[in-house]
Amino acid sequence: MATLEAHAPHAAQPRGTRSIIWDYMTTVDHKKIGILYFLTSLFFLVVGGLEAILIRIQLMRPGNEFVSAEVYNQLFTMHGTTMVFLMGMPIAVAFFNYIVPLQIGARDVAFPRLNALSYWIFLFGGIFINASFLIGAAPNGGWFGYANLTSEQFSPGLNIDFWVLGLQALGAASIMGGVNFVTTIINLRAPGMRLMRMPLFTWMAFITSFLIITALPVFAVALFLVTFDRFWGTVFFQVSAGGDPVLWQHLFWMFGHPEVYILILPAFGIISEVIPTFSRKPLFGYAVMVYSAALIALIGWGAWAHHMFATGLGPIADAFFTVSTMIIAIPTGVKIFNWIATMWGGKIRFTTAMLFAVGAVALFTVGGVSGVMHATSPHDLQQTDTYFVVAHFHYVLIGGTVMGVFAGIFYWFPKVTGRFMNETLGKWFFWLYFVGMNLTFFPMHFAGLLGMPRRIFTYAPELNLATINFVTSLGAFLQVPAVLLLVYNLWISVRRGAPAGTNPWNAATLEWATASPPAEHNFNTTPVVHSREPLWVEPAQVEEAARGPMEHIHLPPPSYWPILTAAGVVATMALFMTNLWWAPLIGLAWTMIGAINWAFEPTH
Amino acid sequence: MENTAAMPAPHGHGEPAHAAHPPTATGLSTWKLGFWIFMGSETLFFGTLISTYMVYKHESVTGPFPTDLLDIPLTSVSTFVLLMSSLAMVIALDGFQRNDRRMGLGGLMGVIILGAGFLGFQAYEFTHFYHEGLTLQTNLFGSSFFVLTGFHGAHVTIGVIWLLILWIESFRGRFAVTNEHALKVEIAGLYWHFVDIVWIAIFTLIYLIE
Amino acid sequence: MAEHHEAHEAGHMTWRGYVLIGIILTVITGVEVAIFYIPALAAVLVPTLLVLSATKFILVVLFYMHLKADSPIFSRVFFGPMVLAVFVVVGLVILFKVLPEYGG
Repeated sequence: MATLEAHAPHAAQPRGTRSIIWDYMTTVDHKKIGILYFLTSLFFLVVGGLEAILIRIQLMRPGNEFVSAEVYNQLFTMHGTTMVFLMGMPIAVAFFNYIVPLQIGARDVAFPRLNALSYWIFLFGGIFINASFLIGAAPNGGWFGYANLTSEQFSPGLNIDFWVLGLQALGAASIMGGVNFVTTIINLRAPGMRLMRMPLFTWMAFITSFLIITALPVFAVALFLVTFDRFWGTVFFQVSAGGDPVLWQHLFWMFGHPEVYILILPAFGIISEVIPTFSRKPLFGYAVMVYSAALIALIGWGAWAHHMFATGLGPIADAFFTVSTMIIAIPTGVKIFNWIATMWGGKIRFTTAMLFAVGAVALFTVGGVSGVMHATSPHDLQQTDTYFVVAHFHYVLIGGTVMGVFAGIFYWFPKVTGRFMNETLGKWFFWLYFVGMNLTFFPMHFAGLLGMPRRIFTYAPELNLATINFVTSLGAFLQVPAVLLLVYNLWISVRRGAPAGTNPWNAATLEWATASPPAEHNFNTTPVVHSREPLWVEPAQVEEAARGPMEHIHLPPPSYWPILTAAGVVATMALFMTNLWWAPLIGLAWTMIGAINWAFEPTH
Repeated sequence: MENTAAMPAPHGHGEPAHAAHPPTATGLSTWKLGFWIFMGSETLFFGTLISTYMVYKHESVTGPFPTDLLDIPLTSVSTFVLLMSSLAMVIALDGFQRNDRRMGLGGLMGVIILGAGFLGFQAYEFTHFYHEGLTLQTNLFGSSFFVLTGFHGAHVTIGVIWLLILWIESFRGRFAVTNEHALKVEIAGLYWHFVDIVWIAIFTLIYLIE
Repeated sequence: MAEHHEAHEAGHMTWRGYVLIGIILTVITGVEVAIFYIPALAAVLVPTLLVLSATKFILVVLFYMHLKADSPIFSRVFFGPMVLAVFVVVGLVILFKVLPEYGG
């Protein structure tokens, strides 16, 4: 067992806070960047959650006056925007960052500095969009920003400017990340790791990244159209000039529907790692799981207008999108069955991670059922814009994505920190969250079918929605202590959790061969794999590679150009808001200086 | 990821140096692969801009209209100029790959000049349209035309600047003429050709098809 | 890497080949413009132009961008998303221009 000192770029020694901060500001290491993404996403989960709590306080009683209608609009807009763009996507990227290179036997991602740039743009962009609250002008047009509500005429303030500019920067960061991960997964796999031997989580990262690089550019154009309308008087959504607001909806949902698959596939990937590990069985139907995910992604590109059944598309379009949407249920259902089949006959351990994974499968299925109901366009005409839809997407997003992510946290925490999370606290967390979530969202199915519209800041007592809303709000409040338990658990476990070895769960995939936490260079020697479950099939060989004698290792050096360039990008956005024609040029110049220095920076 | 250490004589096609970089799973250059993926993504970007133009074709409530303004003969010339710039680009790459500095530098300068020429045509066209009463704000034609061709022109401009920097650094011999240098030129070339094929689509769908 | 080398050399075009492609591209452009001005051909203008420009597109991608001689992986990561891009254009044109003609 070679020691690290002879080759390690950083020997282990106590460091001051300043040096740790500088380390993280200039890091290009996928693991540190993954941790940064994770902590930032967790922060925004709390922010978005707070926005939800304020919403639920307002809706707790009919005719409530806890917040004004204007503030309410900002709350639900930012709740959605934050949860989708500042929590859901980045937390998936956190896992992609930390886990994928380890799972494929690589030392880092394909473009480490670009990786850092994506993170810093995310952080600065998230701060930029939320800074709008400081001047009482948070985005207020819904997370989907329908035209022409978002026009200068109907939204004259700064709210929508923050929205379009902030999301443009975040979208660019996502696309860069998508390119990075597709390249990494194609080109940096260890010898012997054919595509059909990759862990399923990496497959989901791969497919999700393809969705990101294809869907986000459409959103980028849509945002540009609104930006040009607002800043430079173009008439893309100006009805008097012949502009069609429905075009916005098409462009937004062409992005927006693949976006929901971007949000769920990573969770499917996590579930596909957790369930086999805690069933002590390989994943049932690996190939089918891969193909079904690819099919979901592909067909998902052809289903977008099911968000638009009430816009008068016409019967042919309605029929087409009904069919395409329903067809997606098939590959999705196949996955559900395969997870169940994986557990069948297995030796099951209900750790917290497993509880969340199984819970996610169950709750996602509930959301899937209401989803199929929406797919039928005549049904949808009754359901659209009611709380029935809100129930649906929270079941798939919280039930599926968020709980899948929680499973991932408990599963991989020992690898990242070398310590276990507290299982007792974890189980309390799970049950509190599970009960709270269902109490919040199950009644919404009824509220919706009884006619409660979405996006209303209050409702009349005569509608008989008071009890349902009250119960819903109680459920939401229950989620607060649950999430606090998670945060507390993370906090104390990092410090005092029980030590975990390299492979505490006896899992099968390559990341479990490295030390916990892994050395900066991940594997001492790049492993050679011959199977899908290397640690179950050929553990000695793989562990020897990971922690045995070291080959010559070269790691990319740290750099401050990514953080500087990212600051330039978001500064440009902020400077646009000044409405001085020359101001954004300063930001652009700053960005270009950053980029050029980066390009000529030596990397050896 | 660039390695400035001395390399064996180039065998021409921009494969990464073997000594300093571990072999990739496919044997392909990571930079080149990443760049093709990025271009795949960019087809969606321009595809959406083109779609917007096509959705709004014939929908302008007031003029000027495309038939009033689009100058096919002039734009054919600028299209030809851009196509020739792609030819200059492959000749430049061929030169650098075979260690022929004169051909390389000459070809690159050809791309820069022709590319700048194309931008000149665009600038003329934009100014001419403006004087004929077409602005971003005038109507759907103005909005969608200027945004689409404007983004394309911005891409061409970035390309010209990129190639100019590449030319200067190649001239100064900052890069040893190695595989890695040829790879840089190749990737710049891929970007340039991409900008050209987007123009092929724009020329057909916006100018030629009514 | 040796086999990779040879395949590369075999597919490698000389500058003459590139110039020839350049001439073909110019000729096609000329034909496109000519067809544009011939009223008799108005009926087939659109499909012909689409075919001709697609040909130019393919020539540049396959030969100038070297995709034909390079690994198929590059083709897949480029044409995959591009197929979606074409789908976006066709889909929106159908939804906005074609379907309304036929009562949706």
